[in-house]
Amino acid sequence: MKKIKVLFLALALVSLLVAPGLVKAEEVLMMATTTSTDNTGLLDELAPTFKKDTGIELRWTAVGTGKALKMGANCDVDVLMVHAPAAEQKYVDSGALKDRREVMYNDFVIIGPAADPAKVKGMSVVDAMKTFAAKKAPFISRGDDSGTNKKEISLWKLAGTSVPDKEAWYIQTGQGMIKSIVIAAERGGYIMTDRATYIKYSATKDGNPALKVLVEGDKTLYNQYSVLAVNPEKCKNAKYKLATKFSEWMASPKTQKEIADFKLLGKKLFIPNAK
Amino acid sequence: MDFILNGFMQAFVLLFSGNAETYSAISTTLCVSTISILASLTIGAPLGFLLGYHDFYGKKTMRMIVDTLLSFPTVVIGLLVYAFLSHNGPMGRLGLLFTIPGIAVGQTLLGLPIVVAMMATAVESLDQRLKNTLLTLGAAHGQILRTTLWEARYSLVLAAAAAYGRIVSEIGISMMVGGNIKWHTRTITTAIALETGKGEFAMGIALGLVLMVIAFAVNFSMSGIKKRAGQP
Repeated sequence: MKKIKVLFLALALVSLLVAPGLVKAEEVLMMATTTSTDNTGLLDELAPTFKKDTGIELRWTAVGTGKALKMGANCDVDVLMVHAPAAEQKYVDSGALKDRREVMYNDFVIIGPAADPAKVKGMSVVDAMKTFAAKKAPFISRGDDSGTNKKEISLWKLAGTSVPDKEAWYIQTGQGMIKSIVIAAERGGYIMTDRATYIKYSATKDGNPALKVLVEGDKTLYNQYSVLAVNPEKCKNAKYKLATKFSEWMASPKTQKEIADFKLLGKKLFIPNAK
Repeated sequence: MDFILNGFMQAFVLLFSGNAETYSAISTTLCVSTISILASLTIGAPLGFLLGYHDFYGKKTMRMIVDTLLSFPTVVIGLLVYAFLSHNGPMGRLGLLFTIPGIAVGQTLLGLPIVVAMMATAVESLDQRLKNTLLTLGAAHGQILRTTLWEARYSLVLAAAAAYGRIVSEIGISMMVGGNIKWHTRTITTAIALETGKGEFAMGIALGLVLMVIAFAVNFSMSGIKKRAGQP
């Protein structure tokens, strides 16, 4: 009798543990996005509102833009929120993705130690990049084909220097934005980041981070975020209707206001600009 | 040093205030590892038993293959499972990518060789006289099988514990196949990787403590069984 009780209890416990993994929600939209929208907490803010407004549950995996685009082309997700216009266009042209819609922007900044050993404070981006290469100042790169990484590589080209790779001063982390900033702080190096993630990093350091903004304000540092739907003609499983709903919801005045109101340390992280 | 102590302080606050994010990661881990270990045992224990109990041509080779699989890197398992479960992959239509059952598939593959190898070794190392004694007592074939199974019961539990230890603490498969999705496939290990990466050590330390407690608890509860199984 006792054995049966124990067995019954064990079964009950196991089913309790296993149950959550096997429950399938009705309307789930799977998104691949950049690390910045996730790390800053923007999506944590938006997802519950989206669920309340539409009844759709948004799930996302935060990878770099390059990987997110590939996931879209692979039919592994339904919708993307990314920030690399040129790369996005390639996927739209190939027919893997469609309905590119610009939803918000911020800008890239180059940050580095307050002491600024390479003396780049206030320089133009091109001059700063040239200086890093000439002085062999430690420069931390995402090195993961993310939107930020793509932008950084384009800046080296813009500055007319070859894109560094094996140089000792060029540190490729292969990690997300905040991780890479933390590594840059540990190494006392320079790094380019989107402003939203930088503000988030500052907030975790109680507003007094080791790395300060040194180069900003160039036109080239503009950073546009867009939502793209996975093309249902290429991917039969893609939930195109839900993706369209999400895209429209992101562009709606109400959500645009919510994005504008999303602040850390009193600063806006993303500036809405849906047309 | 401060932030480490702070981390521990906050870890206790997170754990005892019932922080939803922390508990979501914990329950996901328990859920995935339970599914995986049950699957590993269901598939692996009979295979291991057969491999140890029967003599057949190519048995040595089979054993060697199983032992080699023991050192299969988890990252490679993650990579393979991702490729198989991806929508363009052979099992894409199942829609398992970025789900808990998806991670469980990968972790079952991780647990299987451990269960098979340990089970086979246990059955082989059962006292050889057992079979002869049973035969002289006039036991039927089915009875010999049943007795051997019964004698190997402690080893089965040990195999389960060893496999569970590997499964609960691995990160490569969970990250690649699960995608570290908040509230769904974020496990203790992927959450620790994420939180420490974000510089939020408190959450990392809190989850680390829980993982250690789970691992220790499994090991501790095994010590009695190890004695019975006649292992040091």
